[in-house]
Formats: sequence, structure tokens, C-alpha cells
Amino acid sequence: MSTREWLLTEQPGSRRQARMGQTYRTWLAFRRNRLAMVGLGIVLALVLVALLAPWLAPQDPIVGGSLRTERLLAPSWQHPMGTDDQARDILSRIIHGSRITLLVVALVAVIATPIGLLVGTTAGYYGGWVDTVLMRITDIFLAFPRLILALAFVAALGPGIENAIIAIAITSWPPYARLARAETLTIRTADHIDAIRLQGAHSARIIWGHVVPLCLSSVIVRVTLDMAGIILTAAGLGFLGLGAQPPQPEWGAMIAGGRRFILDHWWVATMPGLAIFVVSLGFNFLGDGLRDVLDPKAHK
Amino acid sequence: MTDTASGEGRHGALPALLWKIIKIFASVALTFLGLLLVTFLIGRVVPVDPVLAVVGDRASQSVYDRVFIELGLDKPLYEQFWIYLQKILSGDLGTSFLTKKPIVEDIARVFPATLELATVAIIIGTAFGIPLGVLAAVRQGKLSDQIVRVVGLIGYSAPIFWLGLLGLLIFYARLHWVAGPGRIDISYEYAITPRTGLMLWDSAMQGQWDAFRNALSHIILPAALLGYYSLAYISRMTRSFMLAELAQEYIITARVKGVAEWRIIWVHALRNAAVPLVTVIALSYAGLLEGSVLTETVFAWPGLGQYLTNSLQNADMNAVLGGTLVIGAIFVGLNLLSDLLYTLLDPRVRRR
Amino acid sequence: MTLLAVDNLTVTYPSRQGPQSVVRNVSFTLGRERLGIVGESGSGKSQTGRAILGLTPLPGRATADRLEFDGIDLRAASPRDWRALRGARMSMVMQDPKFSLNPVMTIGRQLAEAARRVASGRADARDRAVAMLEAVQIRDPARVMAAYPHELSGGMGQRAMIAMMLITEPDLLIADEPTSALDVTVQIEVLRILDDLVTQRGMGLIFISHDLRLVSSFCDRVLVMYAGRVVEELRAADLAQAQHPYTRGLMGCLPRIDADQRPLPTLQRDEAWAR
Repeated sequence: MSTREWLLTEQPGSRRQARMGQTYRTWLAFRRNRLAMVGLGIVLALVLVALLAPWLAPQDPIVGGSLRTERLLAPSWQHPMGTDDQARDILSRIIHGSRITLLVVALVAVIATPIGLLVGTTAGYYGGWVDTVLMRITDIFLAFPRLILALAFVAALGPGIENAIIAIAITSWPPYARLARAETLTIRTADHIDAIRLQGAHSARIIWGHVVPLCLSSVIVRVTLDMAGIILTAAGLGFLGLGAQPPQPEWGAMIAGGRRFILDHWWVATMPGLAIFVVSLGFNFLGDGLRDVLDPKAHK
Repeated sequence: MTDTASGEGRHGALPALLWKIIKIFASVALTFLGLLLVTFLIGRVVPVDPVLAVVGDRASQSVYDRVFIELGLDKPLYEQFWIYLQKILSGDLGTSFLTKKPIVEDIARVFPATLELATVAIIIGTAFGIPLGVLAAVRQGKLSDQIVRVVGLIGYSAPIFWLGLLGLLIFYARLHWVAGPGRIDISYEYAITPRTGLMLWDSAMQGQWDAFRNALSHIILPAALLGYYSLAYISRMTRSFMLAELAQEYIITARVKGVAEWRIIWVHALRNAAVPLVTVIALSYAGLLEGSVLTETVFAWPGLGQYLTNSLQNADMNAVLGGTLVIGAIFVGLNLLSDLLYTLLDPRVRRR
Repeated sequence: MTLLAVDNLTVTYPSRQGPQSVVRNVSFTLGRERLGIVGESGSGKSQTGRAILGLTPLPGRATADRLEFDGIDLRAASPRDWRALRGARMSMVMQDPKFSLNPVMTIGRQLAEAARRVASGRADARDRAVAMLEAVQIRDPARVMAAYPHELSGGMGQRAMIAMMLITEPDLLIADEPTSALDVTVQIEVLRILDDLVTQRGMGLIFISHDLRLVSSFCDRVLVMYAGRVVEELRAADLAQAQHPYTRGLMGCLPRIDADQRPLPTLQRDEAWAR
């Protein structure tokens, strides 16, 4: 029996085989979705570029060349994406900028996902006034457009990449909480949760040990779908001068830097925008494909 | 269920509807209170000393102390919040450090520009988004469905300020198809008497058709860009609502009746999908406020978004929080509106 | 005179294990009479009805050696031909008016939409709609015309549905479990209305149901379906002489008032029936 047959068997011999078979089937369905595979490729490329940035970048991202001869050069073999007003190679800056983008996405996901899960599962599990209070707070955060609230937070905390990440995380968790609550409500009354409760397990233990893992997959899909939005918000903050500060090669800030030259030196603002566009398109393709595979209702 | 049951349903409809509306309003009031609390707390964590912002850093200690007490900073936090609440509810958002004017006045002045931009944008987004979504649903899985999907995903992925810059570069600087940044050319600016503050409306009402054309050529690019963003969302939601409706039994009934296919799609299915779509359109209208912050910056559009970013860059915290609060309130208001419309539009909800 | 001739009708859906047929080689003819199709859920009886109307949902496919309605070959019908036939000459009453009526259109508009096929104008369509509602014994047609489907009870909704399907005076009516979603007391009333109208107008009726007793009392002939096949065809009056073990099994399971059956009989199935 080949591995493939072992995975696809209708009568799995063990729970592990069943689970691996399920994963494999999901993967098979996912692989058929061409857009999703393109997305996956882009995201993997982003990770690789970010990891290998110092070796991939042909030049220094911060210190430019001669200000007299190498400023605002159009794309050429030597500078595939041209140079900016400080005579820095734009390609090198974009390659290094991928690290900032990845950092933002990763940190926001790491901060916002647990908050959303905790709030949502707690509200859903306990119900009653706990639910009312927590969901009311969630609704209040949802009542602000995300970028506006992030703007207000950064305005209060002061500009900078750390504060931008915190602000985006603070504005990102509410939808996850809503989702986790909805999932918890369907799980809460399941028999096996009752059984665990009867064994005398603590509520906290039930939530973290049994409810959260069941909500995790749908929340992860949601977070993946949100990644593009996170990147765009971060870029927007950078563009307004509230995110990463110069001379850091943050893509949004780079567009802002190239804005003055847009009419005569179009590449300075265009290239980093292209980078943002490709990366968020990648995350969107990936998230869209994941949703199709994991949520058959949506793709019917 | 017997044949008389329907009579009761009609009779009980009004109180149920009223009760639902009361509940919606109560929840909105609570949310608004929460908004105030959030802006209040953000205002408290600012590292900028509010007293120094008023008196400047060369004031004597006694002046400083006097202002400290005037601003109510010696009182406990909950009391400060109470004072803040009273001020806001009486329509006082404070004074801008930058313009030295009441923030309410400032916002009233810049708001029509944003309203005009967002309205033209939502018209574009709806006019294209709904037909595209319907097309995608009807041709589910075919090439046109894929194209609509990719067009939508591109809308979700491109930074709007970048598209704005490229748009200016191509359509204004190179092709001269549209006018550049700003709402209207300076030569026309004083030709129109501002009544509503909506340039298109005012110029059309006063018969200033040259000014109207000029204003239109200014608004079309930023509005089309913003509209594209709402199009992405509207077309996607239209598609999924339409797919759900087309799978319903009443569609089969219509087919059995021999109703023409276009009528089944555009009348039977779309009218049912329209009910949730109203919510989607209201939400994307609100979402345009968010997009307008970045778009207005790029297009030098003198609206709420530009006011907000200007205040931000000048650390005018009162104005930032005032603007944030107003946008939050509009957001809540539009949510409320969509809830109410939903209740009124769907004959089924009225009874539930 | 033959109104409908069906020969070797097969409805197939693709699945991961290859194509699955839910209706297999069904053949029958129908004159201006009442034909019952009986079977349990999943036996293919509803799929048969929909295939006759050309409404097999995608990705399903219906094929037949012969599918003729009043001399018209339905297999070759274009969408335009279908629209001319459906509603005007053949129509269908479905199970539950809660789902089969458009929830955001008033009954009046939905009726008028069907009536427009035969009416000379808007006003005429409305008059016909009112007349038809009266024909299905709705006492207050004006109120029902203005009502939305959810404002009507199940029985009223189903009468409106019947009115809508008969307003064009079609030659063939397919009634797919028309009373299963209704209260027992209302069922008989609705059936009587349906029966009267069908008899008066002399149309052909295909009555699809899971209820053997109902079908046999209501129809002239009965087709018994099991697992997508017709296992037996017989006259309603001859039901007692049924040969096929499945039909006999069904008959045996009917509750009887005159005898105390203990233990309650259950249907014994045989794999061979499905082959």
C-alpha cells in the first residue's frame, strides 16, 4: 500500500491516520485551487526574502551612494528598481523592508489572536452578564473604523513601529472574539464538554484545554484573511509618518518619501507600492483558498 | 397552525417592531458611551502634558497650577470623565490648538467635502459592484466568476494611497483626462456660493455648469478609487447572497411559472438578496470614511480625513480625538441606519 | 390520448465514486388522468417530477429514450421552448409554501406574474388572480392578494400556490407532496380543492407522495418507486393485488383501525429490489 493509499483509505486504522488523511484531503483540495497556490508561493517567497535579506540585497538599505551622481536614478541593470533621493538602491530597501512587514504581521497575529480567543471563548462559555459585558466592549472597538482607531492610538502613544504594531493589534482582535464566541456557543453544549465538566475540571482548564483548540482553526483562517488588511493598515500608518520612522525601509514610508518625486521619478513611490500590493495579494489569495477548502458553505 | 393564525401575526406586529427599534437604540446609546470612554482614555494616556499645551513651557508655576485646576486635572478620573461627557453631549469637542477654533466648527466646515467624496464613491461602487456580483453568482465557477473574484481581491490588496499616486501620475499628469488635487480650480472657487458645502450640488443648483464640470473632473479620480474599494466588498457579498437565494425553492417556483431567466435573477433573487445587501452598502459607506483619510491626503482633498491627519502631524490631540469621535459616531449611526432599514425592508423581520 | 410519454428516464449526479443515478430507467405514459407516484424519501420520485419539467438541478443530468409532452420532444426543447411550456401548459405545486413562495413579494404580485402569461393586461391579470383565489376557496381574496407569504398560514399558502399554478389552466400538473407540510385537518381540504379543480379542467395530474393510502384513494393509477426504479405499476383499485414484495410490505405497515397489530409490522428490505 502506498502512502497515498494509506492516507486516503475509507477505513483508517487509527485516529492519527484519520487525522492525517483528513489533512491530506484538505491539501489535495487546496492544491487544485490555482490562485491559492500562487498566494502560498508569494507568502513563502516573502518569508524567504525576509530571512535571507542581508545576503539577497545587493546594497546597503540605509546608507546610499554618492548624492551627486547616484540620486534618483531610473531603473537599470545596476539598480533594477532605481535609486531614491538619498541615492539608496530601492531594491535593497524593499528586500530589507520585507522583514518589517513580516514582523508586523507576525507580531499582530501573535498579540491579537490570543486576546480575541480569550475574550470570545470566555464570553461564549460563561454566557450571561460576562458575555454581555465582553461583547459590548468588543462592539465598541468594532464601532471605530480600524485605521482611524489605530491613528488615534498611535497619536497618543507616539509614532514608531512598536506603537504601530500595538495599535494595530488593539484594533484587530474584536472580529476574532466575535468568531470565537460564535464557535464556543456551538461547542459549549456538546456532550464531551459536559463529560469533562462532570469530571470536575476547572472552567479555565476546559476553556484552554478543550474549547480554544476547537475554535482555533476557524480563527486562524480569519487571521490569514486579515493579514492583507494588517499589512495595508501598517503601510497606511507608515505613509502618514506614524509607523516605522526613517531611515527604516518600511514600504509605506518609502511611498511617502517618493511622493514628492512622483511626476518626474515615478519609480521611487511605485516600487514599494508594488511590493505591498504583491504581498497582500498573496495573503488574500491564500486566505481565500483556505476559506474555500475549510468552509464548504462559503464555496458551495 | 390554523388559518386564523395569520390574523394574530398582523396584530402583534407593531409592538414587536417597536420593541426591536427600542432595543436597537438602547444598544447604540451604550456603544456611543463606550466610544466616549475610549477617546477619553486615549486622551489620558497621551504623553503630551495637556497643561503645557495650553500655557506653553515658559509659563510660571502659578499659571501652570491655575490651568491644571481649570482643566479639572486635580479631580479623580471618573469625575473628569463625567465632565468630559457633559461637554461632549452639549456639543463641545474642545478647541483646536492649530486653528484656535472650536473643533465642532472645524469639522462642520470640512465634513461636506468628505461626504461628497464618499457619496460619489459609494454610487460608483454600488452601480458596478452589484451587477458584477450578480454576474459572478449566475456564472458560478466560470471564467467571468473568476475574473470578478480576482478584480475584488486586487481591490482588497492595493494600498489606496499608492493607487491614488499612480492615478494622479497617469490620468492627470500624463493623459490630462482628469483634474489634479483639490476639489475645484481656484478660478472657480469663488464663483459658487457655498450653501450645502457639496460642490457638485451647489454648482448644479446655481446653474454654474462650468464649475460643475470642473468639480466633477476633480472628484472623479479619488471617488473612483474609493469606489473600487467598496466595489470589491459589495460584489463579493452580492455574489454570496445571490448564490444563497438562487438555491431557494421559490426560484424553482418561478421557473415552473415560466418566468424569464433575467426576471428570476434581477427581480426574484435580487430583491431577496437586497435585504442583507443594504447592510453591506451601509457598512462600506462607513468604510469609505476610513479610506478617505488616506485618499484625502493624497488628493489634497480638504475633508475630515485631511483634517485628522493634519492635526495628527501637529500633535493637536483635541482635534484628533474630536475627529475620531465624530467618525466613530457616524460609523455607529450608519450601523443603526442599516439595522433599521433591514427591519423595515424585510417583511419577515417585522414579525419576528 | 397520451399527454406525456416517458421512456427510460434516468437522472444522474456525479460523485467522488463516479456517476450515481437517482432515477433509473423510469417509463410510463399519462393521459388526462391522475397518476400517483409513491415511494420513500430518496426513491427518486421528486427527481422524476423535476426531470419532466426540465428542472434537474446542476450538476445533475436527465436523459431519456423518449420524453414527449403532447407530441413535443422535451429532450430537444430550448430554454425558450421551456419557458413557453412551463407555467402555461405544465406546472408544479411544491411541498412547503413557506419556501416555495417568494418571501418579499406579495401573493398578488406572484399570482399576477403567472397570470400575465394568459392575461391581456395588468387589470385582467389581477381579475384572474382574484377569481382564481376564489376558486381555491379563499374567502377574502383582496386581503390575501396584499399579504406576504409569511403572513399566511400553511393551508392558505398552499391554496395560493395551487391558484398560482392553475391560473394558466395547464394541461399537466405535477403535485410534489402538496400536503405533507400541512396540518392533517387542512390536508383534506386542500386535497379536495385540488381534486375538484383537476377534474373540472380535465388536466393530467402526477401526484407524488410517500403516503400510499392517500395516493390510492386519490389517483387512478399508481407507480411504486424504490431506489430510483419503478418496481410496480397498477391501478389504484387493484392495490390489494400488488405483486411486488416492497408494495406488499408497505401495505402491511399501514395502521388499521379494525385490527390490533402487535408487534407493529416493519418493512423487510431486500437488496435485490434495488438492482
